[in-house]
Amino acid sequence: MDVRRAVTILRPAEELYRFWHDPANLARVFDNVESIESTGERRSHWRVKGPMGVTAEWDAEITEDRPNELIAWRSLPGATVENSGSVRFTPAPGDRGTEILVDLHYQDPAGSVGTMIAKVFRQAPGQQLLDDLRALKQLMETGEVTQSDSTLPGAGPAQPPGGTP
Amino acid sequence: MKATCWYGKEDVRVEEVPDPQILNPRDAIVRVTATAICGSDLHIYDGYIPSMKGGDILGHEFMGEVVEVGAAIKTLVPGDRVVVPFPISCGDCWSCRRGLFSLCENSNPNAWMAEELWGHSPAGIYGYSHLLGGYAGGQAEYARVPYADVGPITIPAGLTDEQVVFLSDILPTGYMAAEHCDIHAGDVVAVWGCGPVGQFAIAGAYLLGADRVIAIDRLPYRLKMAREKGRAETINYEECDVLDALKEMTGGRGPDACIDAVGMEAHGTGPAAVMDRVQQAVRLETGRPTALRQVIMACRNGGTVSVAGVYGGFLNEIPFGSIMNRSLTVRSGQTHVQRYLRPLLELIEKGKIDPTYIITHRLSLDEAPHGYEIFKHKLDDCVKVLLYPTHQA
Repeated sequence: MDVRRAVTILRPAEELYRFWHDPANLARVFDNVESIESTGERRSHWRVKGPMGVTAEWDAEITEDRPNELIAWRSLPGATVENSGSVRFTPAPGDRGTEILVDLHYQDPAGSVGTMIAKVFRQAPGQQLLDDLRALKQLMETGEVTQSDSTLPGAGPAQPPGGTP
Repeated sequence: MKATCWYGKEDVRVEEVPDPQILNPRDAIVRVTATAICGSDLHIYDGYIPSMKGGDILGHEFMGEVVEVGAAIKTLVPGDRVVVPFPISCGDCWSCRRGLFSLCENSNPNAWMAEELWGHSPAGIYGYSHLLGGYAGGQAEYARVPYADVGPITIPAGLTDEQVVFLSDILPTGYMAAEHCDIHAGDVVAVWGCGPVGQFAIAGAYLLGADRVIAIDRLPYRLKMAREKGRAETINYEECDVLDALKEMTGGRGPDACIDAVGMEAHGTGPAAVMDRVQQAVRLETGRPTALRQVIMACRNGGTVSVAGVYGGFLNEIPFGSIMNRSLTVRSGQTHVQRYLRPLLELIEKGKIDPTYIITHRLSLDEAPHGYEIFKHKLDDCVKVLLYPTHQA
């Protein structure tokens, strides 16, 4: 399964590239990602939230790294969900900042846990990716990830948090 | 705190809800001292705005006193008196930097919903559905204000709440509708709808140099206000054919610019209006564009159609051929309120505009349901309802 989404962020490519290069930063904007630990120069360990408390984990390695232009990665053998992806940073025309283009590829996994996780990934894969890219844009442009009364965990109507459920 | 909550068609209740909290470093909490019911709130009240949830706090026209600020806010301190613009705008994205504040790219966390409906998402708005962000509104005792270093404008001590509260929406909205008309000397501007936005569109058109303003409505008391306070000539559309009347009044040319200050729930006469009511009821159409059709047909060749009234989705039988064949320009948008705050505050300070004349009802927050009812049904000559939250010490 392939997913591709794009967003324009009013920041220079080198700043966005630098942000993306630090795994700790990515965990801040990717909603499903619990943690990404750096485990070597080009390697990292990913923990991703699945449905019903299930967690998927894998090791990933960077397969291509062109400063300020592109980062590509893939999961190492043994991943619950075999996956690969890339992010491209291209200066936008005029004074519009940088266009970010993300490609993700998931292999259909074997095993029941993998199937369940893949099912969740498939529910709205493009939507989740776009929401995450928007969170990245919010953080880079405004310094915070936008919160409304309806974005809080378990939120119902647009009322301040802490009400009776 | 107390807040005005929406529960369904013509069902709003003032209820006890949790107090808002600072959620982000750029937030502020405002103790609301005055808040108004907007004509666009009636679209919610009537059930025409999608993605509302029972319990949503309404209200996007409010002002008050800052009581708490987030760690990143350096421009406001507790005690400051502020008017809060209805679009929530970060000030940092490309759109905000171009002054297109109601198109802020970062303030709608539910942007995906708006993208489904409209292709792209505009800014979030206080108290105006989940597809516009799911933010609690300002018809309450307190409100959380995101990006408080960008939106709110500090008000000098000499001005009353009633003089400045409409800076939050309808005064800039009427003004922007007139500005969209690109008014030149000698221009005749026609305004459909003599509600609050229509009244301020009339005022704006004169401020921007219109030669004559013609106002159209069906309610005598609103037409009277347009005549006496706005210096407009008036047409009651229930008493004559509007298109004929406008031709007679403009030597057959038609008005140079026409403003729709009505929006999606226009009343109207004739078969098209009846069809609209039917199709809107069964959701084949999301608005009743009776006014908009007239606005387009009435405008002179090469003139400008300015749409300030709110539309949500799809309209039937819009005479697009009239727009194309007669070189009309259509301009619209949710108001980029932040752009107009300083210039309009200055006009208020100088006494060039006094927005208080539209206020017909001053109620307590508890009386909000009554306010909605009289505003919707145009009872008791209602033009504008202001709500005053009461505060226990």
